[in-house]
Amino acid sequence: MGKTLYDKLWESHLVEARDDGTALIYIDRQLLHEVTSPQAFEGLRLAGRQPWRISANIAVPDHNVSTKANERAQGLAGVKDQVSRIQLQTLDDNCAEYQIPEIPLNDVRQGIVHVMGPEQGATLPGMTIVCGDSHTSTHGAMGALAHGIGTSEVEHALATGCLIQRKMKNFRVNVEGELSVGVTGKDIALAIVGEIGTAGGTGCAIEFAGSAIRGLTMEGRMTLCNMAIEAGARAGLVAVDERTLQYVAQTPFAPREAQWEQAETYWRTLHSDDDAVFDREVVLDAALIQPQVTWGTSPEMVTAVSGRVPRLEDMATDTARQGLERALSYMGLEPGMSITDIRPDVIFIGSCTNSRIEDMRAAAAVLKGKQVAKNITQALVVPGSGLVKKQAEAEGLDQIFKDAGMEWREPGCSMCLAMNADKLEPGQRCASTSNRNFEGRQGFGGRTHLVSPAMAAAAAVAGHFTDVRDVMENGL
Amino acid sequence: MNAFQRLEGLVAPMDRANVDTDLIIPKQFLKSIRRTGFGPNLFDELRYLDEGQPDSDCSGRPLNTEFPLNFPRYQGASILLARENFGCGSSREHAPWALDGAGFRAIIAPSFADIFRSNCFKNGLLPIALEAKRVEQLFTQMYETEGFTLVIDLEQQVIEMPDGETIAFETEDFGRNCLLNGLDDIGITLQNEAVIRDFERQHQARFPWVFETLEV
Repeated sequence: MGKTLYDKLWESHLVEARDDGTALIYIDRQLLHEVTSPQAFEGLRLAGRQPWRISANIAVPDHNVSTKANERAQGLAGVKDQVSRIQLQTLDDNCAEYQIPEIPLNDVRQGIVHVMGPEQGATLPGMTIVCGDSHTSTHGAMGALAHGIGTSEVEHALATGCLIQRKMKNFRVNVEGELSVGVTGKDIALAIVGEIGTAGGTGCAIEFAGSAIRGLTMEGRMTLCNMAIEAGARAGLVAVDERTLQYVAQTPFAPREAQWEQAETYWRTLHSDDDAVFDREVVLDAALIQPQVTWGTSPEMVTAVSGRVPRLEDMATDTARQGLERALSYMGLEPGMSITDIRPDVIFIGSCTNSRIEDMRAAAAVLKGKQVAKNITQALVVPGSGLVKKQAEAEGLDQIFKDAGMEWREPGCSMCLAMNADKLEPGQRCASTSNRNFEGRQGFGGRTHLVSPAMAAAAAVAGHFTDVRDVMENGL
Repeated sequence: MNAFQRLEGLVAPMDRANVDTDLIIPKQFLKSIRRTGFGPNLFDELRYLDEGQPDSDCSGRPLNTEFPLNFPRYQGASILLARENFGCGSSREHAPWALDGAGFRAIIAPSFADIFRSNCFKNGLLPIALEAKRVEQLFTQMYETEGFTLVIDLEQQVIEMPDGETIAFETEDFGRNCLLNGLDDIGITLQNEAVIRDFERQHQARFPWVFETLEV
């Protein structure tokens, strides 16, 4: 019987299978950031342990960093919140103590850990990749087995080079056909979460396949795999193809010369066999996917931009009705209202989901020569890394954003989870390119609508959610 | 890690589906570099009427009196009764740390998110998945009976009801053994150091580029 991509990655890293159903899995790469690593290093220190293999690790600060240029210019001293500053300092101190490579705060390569990793070639096809962050699933876009872990597992991977895991189930989502213009990896991701639910992929690794996925850029595939966790799957995967190899070849840490030849030969085997059997498969028609907008407090509470907020009578169970009532009350929305009648106050373009160069280009294409609507009180564009920022500036995208009335910031996680000063005020409504619309996620009492960068830009111009395809065609 | 063998505890409700870890412990508390001290901020946005700040004293903050975990009848609870997909979203281990800090030792729900579930086992917290119908019955009984307590016997994998009836549950062998004995799984893994070194040598021969030093 053929093997799935996940089977192949699992087997090539299997150190030992045990009778109790667990297995010891070798970890090729661990990404570290300031929020989920301090207690892991503290654990190492208390037990008197050393990292198993220093070269497995790379660290970067991202969650707490200021995105304001004047504060960033001051380095750590520019981080006003003392608790945040201590956490960032602790990452620097721990990396220095254990000799772990760290890309420092104001290095041009600094950025959100899931943008920096692929961009640097620190995460490569065929690797097992872990990080104390659930959006580690992003790196599965390279044909790698990548998933989020808790801090105890960060310590475990640091100390032993391995993790104790149970094999996940194989789930394939096939998206076949051609996407309409203006429909992106983000819309596919939200449509899938809407289809299978936030627990639909629990216990599974989801492989995204089909002609529409093959047609996505690497950035688009990263966006899609990033949100596998919003469907409950710790890992998302896409098979290696020419596009993957081209992307990897231009990264700084990619293997060179003879090692490249060897790696490429192996990487070309990283796809599911034709006769591989999946535990579950779902098929979506790409042509039917419209730009998506979430209306509730869970990513599965999503619909097409042409759709409406559900009514209580649409819900099948009491739990679903209660969930809808609570979500609408939190979001300040009426049952049955049109999505296009929802008016955001804030626009956020950024996060590990949508802050890569392609995302910046997509948003800028919509905003070029236009102005942010008067009802928008703040519009932030936060590139995912210093290199994305530099590239965008070389293309003049920053000027398009600034001319439109938006703020062009320094790289970091920013308003996706609001651990720094970029946050919503109670009751504020945001069109956000991030990944979670949970209560309070972007700030206490804040209301989040998840959309693609192009849709966020369209909402910025119109002052309400609108189909980006109309904005592009009619010039609004 | 604290061992978990047998627990007799008061049951309290978290009666909503898809409780995410942002709700269990909001992001501002993730700035701490410690493993402890998160208990007062468990469900912070539901529990209090104001916005919580890290490292601040919670004793004078306005309580949300409509939030069940603030009801006098649930004070001192150590078993949380919850709905499906509990612990979804962020991988933050601060979520089990906050539950533990607030005195919870076990959570009963129809299903759990993967990373949260794994994090529980590493912190002496027992996640018990039961059939949705069973959980529904427990909710009904808990609401009807003030002081509703359960006994959880992990070794036998049974929940003992107040009327003597028992409910069987299943846990994976490895996690159960770690909980029963309070074992540190890093120590267990390092007993296999030679096996890992051996694997690593072969792995490096096959995939040498993985082992290159990242010169930053």
